[in-house]
Amino acid sequence: MDFSAINPTVLIASLMVASTPILLAALGELIVEKAGVLNLGVEGMMITGAVCGFAVAVESGSPWLGFLAAMAGGAVLALLFGVLTQLLLSNQVATGLALTLFGLGLSALIGQGYIGIKPPPVGDVNFGPLADIPVLGRILFRHDIIVYFSLAMVAGTWWWLKSTRAGLILRAVGESHEAAHALGYNVIGIRLAAIAFGGAMAGLGGAYLSLIRVPQWTEGMTAGAGWIALAIVVFASWRAGRVLLGAYLFGGVTVLQLNLQAAGLAVPVEYLSMSPYLITILVLVIMSSDRRKALGAPASLGRVFHASS
Amino acid sequence: MTQTDAPLLSVDGLTKAYPGVVANDHVSFEIQPGEVHALLGENGAGKSTLVKMIYGLVRPDAGGMRWQGDAYTPDSPHAARGTGVAMVFQHFSLFDALNVAENVALGMENPPPMAELSTQILRVSMDYGLPLDPERLVGELSAGERQRVEIIRCLLQDPKLLIMDEPTSVLTPQEVAILFDTLRQLSKEGMAILYISHKLEEIRTLCDNATILRLGKVVDRCNPREKTARELAEMMVGKLLHSPERAGATPGEIILNVTGLTQASPRPFGVGLKNVRLSVRAGEVLGIGGVAGNGQDELLDVLSGEIRTVPGTIQFKGQTVGHLGPNARRALGLLAAPEERLGHAAAPDMSLTENAALTGTIREGLSDRGFIRWGAAREFAERIIERFDVRTPGPDTAARALSGGNLQKFVIGREVLQRPDLLVVNQPTWGVDASAAADIRQALLDLAAQGAAVIVISQDLDELMEICDQFAALNEGRLTPPRPTKGLTVEEIGLMMGGAHDMEVAHAV
Repeated sequence: MDFSAINPTVLIASLMVASTPILLAALGELIVEKAGVLNLGVEGMMITGAVCGFAVAVESGSPWLGFLAAMAGGAVLALLFGVLTQLLLSNQVATGLALTLFGLGLSALIGQGYIGIKPPPVGDVNFGPLADIPVLGRILFRHDIIVYFSLAMVAGTWWWLKSTRAGLILRAVGESHEAAHALGYNVIGIRLAAIAFGGAMAGLGGAYLSLIRVPQWTEGMTAGAGWIALAIVVFASWRAGRVLLGAYLFGGVTVLQLNLQAAGLAVPVEYLSMSPYLITILVLVIMSSDRRKALGAPASLGRVFHASS
Repeated sequence: MTQTDAPLLSVDGLTKAYPGVVANDHVSFEIQPGEVHALLGENGAGKSTLVKMIYGLVRPDAGGMRWQGDAYTPDSPHAARGTGVAMVFQHFSLFDALNVAENVALGMENPPPMAELSTQILRVSMDYGLPLDPERLVGELSAGERQRVEIIRCLLQDPKLLIMDEPTSVLTPQEVAILFDTLRQLSKEGMAILYISHKLEEIRTLCDNATILRLGKVVDRCNPREKTARELAEMMVGKLLHSPERAGATPGEIILNVTGLTQASPRPFGVGLKNVRLSVRAGEVLGIGGVAGNGQDELLDVLSGEIRTVPGTIQFKGQTVGHLGPNARRALGLLAAPEERLGHAAAPDMSLTENAALTGTIREGLSDRGFIRWGAAREFAERIIERFDVRTPGPDTAARALSGGNLQKFVIGREVLQRPDLLVVNQPTWGVDASAAADIRQALLDLAAQGAAVIVISQDLDELMEICDQFAALNEGRLTPPRPTKGLTVEEIGLMMGGAHDMEVAHAV
């Protein structure tokens, strides 16, 4: 065993990259659930985003067009869920599960011609001399723009939900759709917008995997990241700051266990591989065990809304 | 052009039909600035549909409205609020997990920034004697305080017409008096108030004019101050109601004895029970009053066995039952009918036969070695339908398809026919038309006359005074010692229910 190869600075820097796809998807789902909708199709939207982004980036040569296409792909798939659940009043759990299966199949179909290809590279943001600061420079100033975007979105989501009127209305819709309807808010319109946003964020997270993190296309490459994003939202008590914590914890344990595997730790690989899932859930359960904190749960979550009058 | 002599709002021939029912049929009335106008009618008379049309939530099929002489066709509550109409809802318009200021902001068209809004809320709430802390979560407020949130939300918009839908159903008598003071003050300042209620005495003390609705139609108009409550009731119901009769039986031995019962609520924002002590004798009806959300649901759950508790705190016929579940208690003769008809007392999409079997299996012997005896279950359902005059095509009808009154008769009848030694009911006549309510009350009295103990949890004080021998009130999970109903005054009852909470102080200033 040789643990000396594990460099804490590199570890932190790479955990940020590993966490970004989950963070993006979880922030999107946070908004969706705050609006009172439970979309279990995050995994399907992520992988659809991954393949859409990859294909468009390869064909156009521009990763940025790829990211935009990924967001569009995720949003379109999400809106399919939105139409089914909000307009046709289908069951949200069943529809969300179907969306995941559909997204996995659809992505495999689209991605057939793209296996083994390298996508156009995405460079890191150039911070000039800042990047050369020891330790901090490696951790803070040598990332691609999406990492910074995801962190900005954490703050943005927190601020938007807490301080803006639009955020207040969204929370109100998720809290009691009857009351919001009685006050004259367009419950279905607001929820569709939230669902589309969630899809776009999941799609972006997926494209981050296929264009930057891995970077190539393989079938089923999200490997459950969408499910972890879903779990993080719940255990983070629907708070943006805790979503960041949960995502980075998961990413951190993932990177650490890969390093431990490489260092030859005398623990079966299977245990190491499952550790990120176990540790993340465990920590988040402990964090959310206080019943009062469960108040973040939107009271109308997953309930079908039908304007009766 | 705005005409100065035109009424503030005139409603002309409004008609709205839903599949199978005409909710409003050519309804017309007028309201002047500063007038307190009552809309009087039973549940289902079409009052709510009418005000929803005025508030822009429902579009009329025919007819029109004029606001100060101009055509008024609100297509959303936003438009109605823009015109100067504000509404205090009976249900469903507050958000538990948001604070007072956020709730107020959601009901306003152009709310100021939060800090400024908070100062406005404080100022208006003190001006009208309705103290309120803008930072508190609405889910933690009492029913009376929640209503203040709604009223202040309306007042901040400076409306010309304030619609109040059954505003006193959740208030103690003292709180009602304070509300009326506020409303009189508003009316003096020129605000018109459209007051919806089925409580006759309130309308007689508060309102200048009344429009009476029955089955969607205007059946009469009057000055309620010139009519007696009985005359108003006859206009509203359209026939004479018989008052329940009770046979004055002497109470027997103690059936249920509850001591030192303390139980946290399993619901978010629920109210736990604190050191509850009560006892009921055979042949006695115990009424438990109190404003909703003071532990009523929890008390029913604890007595029915849905919430299990410390065994020794509940003694039924001398037996310790606190740890037993609902079926074990049913077997002993302790039955219950919860408040929520659809979803708690009955499974909405199941047939009446299935619903009859759900609670009747044990005492009526409707199962055989784990299999349901459908023939017997159906016969049981038919017996309930016949004995309690449930209007339905038959026992195969889904519970959801019954009207509120008919389903309630079925739910209560199902328990009564199982010959309980103790029946606990919560809100037995809530949202039920007057004749069904009278039938249900009579059934409860008959049950007591046959020697059973009955506990009626209700917010309808008139109902409790009518049928109960003993009265106790729940306030924040504490139960007052029961007192004989005879001779209790409204003031005493109000004080037992917690008085005006913290409102008197502000009004005295």
